[in-house]
Amino acid sequence: MAALTKTPTTAPDASRAPTGARSASRPPFWTNRRRDVLAGYLFIAPQLVGVVLFVLIPVGLAIWYSLSDWNVFTGKQTFVGTDNYAALANDPQLPSVLWATAVFCVGVVILNIGLGLLLAVLLNRRFRGATFFRTLFFSPVVVSVVAWTLVWGFLLQDNGGVNGVLDAIGITGPNWLQRGDTAMVSVIITQVIRSVGVNMVLFLAALQGVPSNLYEAARIDGAGSRVIFTRITLPLISPTVLLTSIITIVGALQSFAQIAVLTSGGPELSTTVLVYYVFQQAFEFNDIGYGSTLALMLLSFVMLLTLLQWQLRRKWVFHEQ
Amino acid sequence: MNRARKLFGAVALTTALALTAACGASSDDGSGATNAKNVKLRMTVWTSNQDQLELFDTIAAAYRAKHPEVSSITFESLPFEDYNTTLTTQIAGGNAPDMAWMGDLSRDLIASDALVGLTDKLKATDGWQYDDLEASATKEFSRDGTLYAYPFSTSPFALYVNTDLLAKAKQKIDPKTLTWDQVAAAGAAVHSTTGKAGFVVRDFDYKAWNTLATVWTGFGAAAWSPDGKKCTFTSPEMEQAFTFLHDAAFKTEAMPGPGTTADFFAGDAAFTVAQVSRSSLLTDKFKYALYPLPAGPAGRQAVIGQAGVGVLATSKHRDQATDFLAYLTNPANSEKLAQFFPPPRKSLLTGAKLAADNKVLTAAQLQEAVVDQLPNAVTLPNHTSPAEIAQKGKTALDAMWKADADIPAVLKSVCSAIEPILAK
Repeated sequence: MAALTKTPTTAPDASRAPTGARSASRPPFWTNRRRDVLAGYLFIAPQLVGVVLFVLIPVGLAIWYSLSDWNVFTGKQTFVGTDNYAALANDPQLPSVLWATAVFCVGVVILNIGLGLLLAVLLNRRFRGATFFRTLFFSPVVVSVVAWTLVWGFLLQDNGGVNGVLDAIGITGPNWLQRGDTAMVSVIITQVIRSVGVNMVLFLAALQGVPSNLYEAARIDGAGSRVIFTRITLPLISPTVLLTSIITIVGALQSFAQIAVLTSGGPELSTTVLVYYVFQQAFEFNDIGYGSTLALMLLSFVMLLTLLQWQLRRKWVFHEQ
Repeated sequence: MNRARKLFGAVALTTALALTAACGASSDDGSGATNAKNVKLRMTVWTSNQDQLELFDTIAAAYRAKHPEVSSITFESLPFEDYNTTLTTQIAGGNAPDMAWMGDLSRDLIASDALVGLTDKLKATDGWQYDDLEASATKEFSRDGTLYAYPFSTSPFALYVNTDLLAKAKQKIDPKTLTWDQVAAAGAAVHSTTGKAGFVVRDFDYKAWNTLATVWTGFGAAAWSPDGKKCTFTSPEMEQAFTFLHDAAFKTEAMPGPGTTADFFAGDAAFTVAQVSRSSLLTDKFKYALYPLPAGPAGRQAVIGQAGVGVLATSKHRDQATDFLAYLTNPANSEKLAQFFPPPRKSLLTGAKLAADNKVLTAAQLQEAVVDQLPNAVTLPNHTSPAEIAQKGKTALDAMWKADADIPAVLKSVCSAIEPILAK
């Protein structure tokens, strides 16, 4: 590269040069390297503009809002220092909200990744109808989340479709959305069924990338299915497991529409997850300052979890070892 | 031209176009936002009913014909469910409408001085007849003798009865002496006989607990003290009212339990409590009757739900918006609006006048259920921070809707939840 910078690709324009000796001694400003660097920046400029406008500036504003009290009706903003952070520490509802968030995230992540991997393994075989089943399990992903949740809302009513089916086989179903435990289970399952298709497709792609000669060699060595899966398949698809776990955890922390439509955070606070609580505080109670403080807490959770997973990848991701 | 120059040229051109577009978008009407010769007014509403919007457009067109400085009046339909959130987001984002419909948000808007006082303008408008307004209708939208929003819809709650279902269950009721206990008994009989629901408090759905005021008012209970400072959910009257509701939901099954839906207007329930303005949902699927709310231990009480329309103080065209509001609500236009919204004007409040534009209710029904109820009616619970009170109250009340609920303990927890907000 150093040699290239010393060798201009185009000859200096002699007619514009003040003196022939001076132009010969100074290298041209637009070297190939500089052009490449500039081109690179220009190519990422649209994305950078988006990040600045829709991520960095809003985060900066959220920090400012979290330090102020904003009367949305009059537009008056008053600097209150760390009052909103003190309110965070003393919020009697926050422990319940954090617990609901943790239960929801753990439930969604375990079921989503577990079920996604199971479906991928089952559908990674050649059998009649495999394409149909792949399409079937992926199709909820393309359905509008609100439409999906509304339909499940009807199905999960006390006199709804789910209990109707259970009744037909002699089981009295619970009032799914009116009890804290079953409401959380309902929200998790509707979320998992809707989104498991994405993980399934990612795992399918990863499984199909595992070299078949490794399986053959393992079988020749006498390895059983369980050993092959745990010693060959899982390590080789571990980069995809990392990717899906990050996507699923971040997605679970951002789940809003399902909660808003299905349970509105109830009964009591059993399904009030953090992102829904942020919405309530900021947009329903018009407490933008406290809502921003909660949003920053959510942001720090997402960043910490992603960072933690990224650091742990060296221990369990095949490609990083 | 080399590659770098081409790229620079493209970026410069894009930037110039973007800036041009941005500058173009920031201009209100091309002649400045405060240009009084090209005033554009906007009113947010929660109706999407085409007939209602057409009526508004007609009135607006007639106004603009007399006021050429107003170039347009737009009625922006926002979804009812998200109306308050959308409106406050518009206000917070500096995109507030000039005028807005308001329900339970009115107290916050008035307390924040976010509305323009209307009294002086309305009194000064020729032929507006300010004294024609029913006092009970303006109370919710007034502060210190000044009216901040015109109560364009003052709709009492009434009891709709599916007389076909009552006949099937061999139930008879006397509307003149009807009590909540009789409604519950007849409703339970209908449920056990036909499988249909007994009575339904419309829109409650075990969430919007403020609608239960249509029941507890008859028991002599109230959500909080008249000054709005003290929670009164723990009163004996409220305990009696919630015991009645709890028994209806879990013992007699006169009321559908949590998670069960029943639409009266689809023929799925014997009774429903709903505003008279919902009568447009009645069809000829079944025979029906409309009565005032039943009596409780405290006698017969009337409850109204209201909607107002006011001018936002942040409007750049406050004078024009206030002037249009005065026109929209003058006696002649109020009469036109009365076909959709029960008016607050005494001159229009007769059964015969209301029936003239009502295709499903008779003059006698409207006289009894609307006109006779208004003078002494109380409104649904209304307070500043309505959404926070509603959510915290709902969270506490969720524990009520279990078969083995400890009613006094739950009511105490409601007060613990909402009292700090009432005290603000």
